[in-house]
Amino acid sequence: MVVTGTVHLVGDHIDTDAIIPARFLVTTDPQELGKHCMEGLTPGWVQRVQRGDILVAGENFGCGSSREHAPLAILGAGIPVVLAKSFARIFYRNGFNMGLPLLELGEAVDTIADGHRLTVDVTQGVVENHSTGAQIHVQPVPAFMLEMLQAGGLVGYVRQRLGGGA
Amino acid sequence: MGQTLAEKILERHTDTAVDGPGQIVRCRISLALANDITAPLAIKSLRAMGVTRVFDPQRVVLVCDHFTPNKDIDSAEQVKTVREFARQMGIVHYYEGGDVGVEHALLPELGLVGPGDVVVGADSHTCTYGGLGAFATGLGSTDVAAAMALGETWFKVPATIRVDITGMVPPYVGAKDFILEVIGRIGVAGALYQALEFAGPVVEAMSVEGRMTMANMAIEAGAKAGLFAADSATLAYTEAHGRQGDSPIAPDADAQYARRLSIDATGMSPRVACPHLPENVRPVEEVAGIPVDQVVIGSCTNGRIEDLRAAAHVLRGQRVAKGVRLIILPASPKAYRQALDEGLLATFLDAGAVVGPPTCGPCLGGHMGILAAGERCIATTNRNFRGRMGSLDSEVYLASPAVAAASAVAGTIIHPAQVAA
Repeated sequence: MVVTGTVHLVGDHIDTDAIIPARFLVTTDPQELGKHCMEGLTPGWVQRVQRGDILVAGENFGCGSSREHAPLAILGAGIPVVLAKSFARIFYRNGFNMGLPLLELGEAVDTIADGHRLTVDVTQGVVENHSTGAQIHVQPVPAFMLEMLQAGGLVGYVRQRLGGGA
Repeated sequence: MGQTLAEKILERHTDTAVDGPGQIVRCRISLALANDITAPLAIKSLRAMGVTRVFDPQRVVLVCDHFTPNKDIDSAEQVKTVREFARQMGIVHYYEGGDVGVEHALLPELGLVGPGDVVVGADSHTCTYGGLGAFATGLGSTDVAAAMALGETWFKVPATIRVDITGMVPPYVGAKDFILEVIGRIGVAGALYQALEFAGPVVEAMSVEGRMTMANMAIEAGAKAGLFAADSATLAYTEAHGRQGDSPIAPDADAQYARRLSIDATGMSPRVACPHLPENVRPVEEVAGIPVDQVVIGSCTNGRIEDLRAAAHVLRGQRVAKGVRLIILPASPKAYRQALDEGLLATFLDAGAVVGPPTCGPCLGGHMGILAAGERCIATTNRNFRGRMGSLDSEVYLASPAVAAASAVAGTIIHPAQVAA
């Protein structure tokens, strides 16, 4: 999976209340949730996002609640991939389950600025920064998670299990 | 090689030997849990998976506690979806109305969780049951949906940080202060992908409710689980709540830990987490005098009977400061009833508190106590992220029931010893 887009940079410990405040959790519709993506960080944040843009974050992105509405809001906002120094663990599972790939870049995040243009190859674990010319190589997505993505996410995986037996 | 609690419990639920951290294991689960916010998404995923029945209708628990009593039409629709699903699937443990408690206060009281269990819940504070010696962790709705369908899930075996608590515990210092101290020391990502294991003489002497308060906030350090050995106190607790046949569980003496931490309780003062992260922890003296507009006592962290007793101890014969709203939400019907029987509710009402029903409500900025711009709250809840309880321009401080109650009386953050009679 390869994506090219413009970076929207956010800081450390962006919590799920920042990604999608609880008052919007009265729907499960990704499009509706997407309208309020990051509203707990900056009201109106989503208006700067073009479909295909890339979210880049600091440490512990997605900490806090287990709400799957958080990756859904990001997908609903048209963001196909998130890069971060590190991810909170529930969010990490939720991202892949919802079909939102996540790449852990560690300290290399510090070489990326707001507005940079990136091409991200999730399968190979390569991030090309067109604005600086730099190439960042990271651990690709674990094989286990890729298998699940290939099965169409967790929903597809369970469908297979139930259909074909364990 | 010896095993940590996490390794030991996970191994009981899988067919392979657990060798150590990093290994991916497929585990049979004891219980799967969701609430009125997360269950609708799980139900949507179950339908997309083509699931027509859950793995065991006795071991799926649905608790409508977040936006209930339903705060608006959309929340009422969500609860309706959950209710109809529960009926359709024959789910035994469905709770709403007068049966509802804040889920992590409710399940242990109903005897639904015991030592050695593996519990997954579509709620990050599912880690609370670590206080009973269960490996319990929060997952997203679709992960929990898969667990409801298959009766199993996968985990990466976590490395463990061992926390030993020793010393003489001063008055007005307890479980909440210890867990805030841990989060303050290691930070909100300090235990990311890891488990916390609590031990030492102070932990051994700690009530099971206190242990659940500590395990509850393991997630606030990024941890997958917060674990306590199950000892005679645990077994007495689970037996008193209708369980039979539970057995003790403890880590091996030669278990391998990624890191060790020790806390000396001697001379410690109550802790307060300042805005806007649970790691911004200070001794109460350093934040004393900060005025508050609202005080919330309740939640899955501190809404149990012990917490209500601690608040009542401070509030007895006192009045809430003029202009301060004190909101007390017992976290379960049983705690509510017991507080009534013990006269605690009368103490709260005499002090000028609002006593509300069990609900997560204000903790996550849902309802029943939302903050306006510029307002400040001290709460016994678990998160103080910016905007968590309302306006992005409001502030939340986290503390124990005693500190919260004392601050309601003083109108400013204060050490409870300065207020209590």
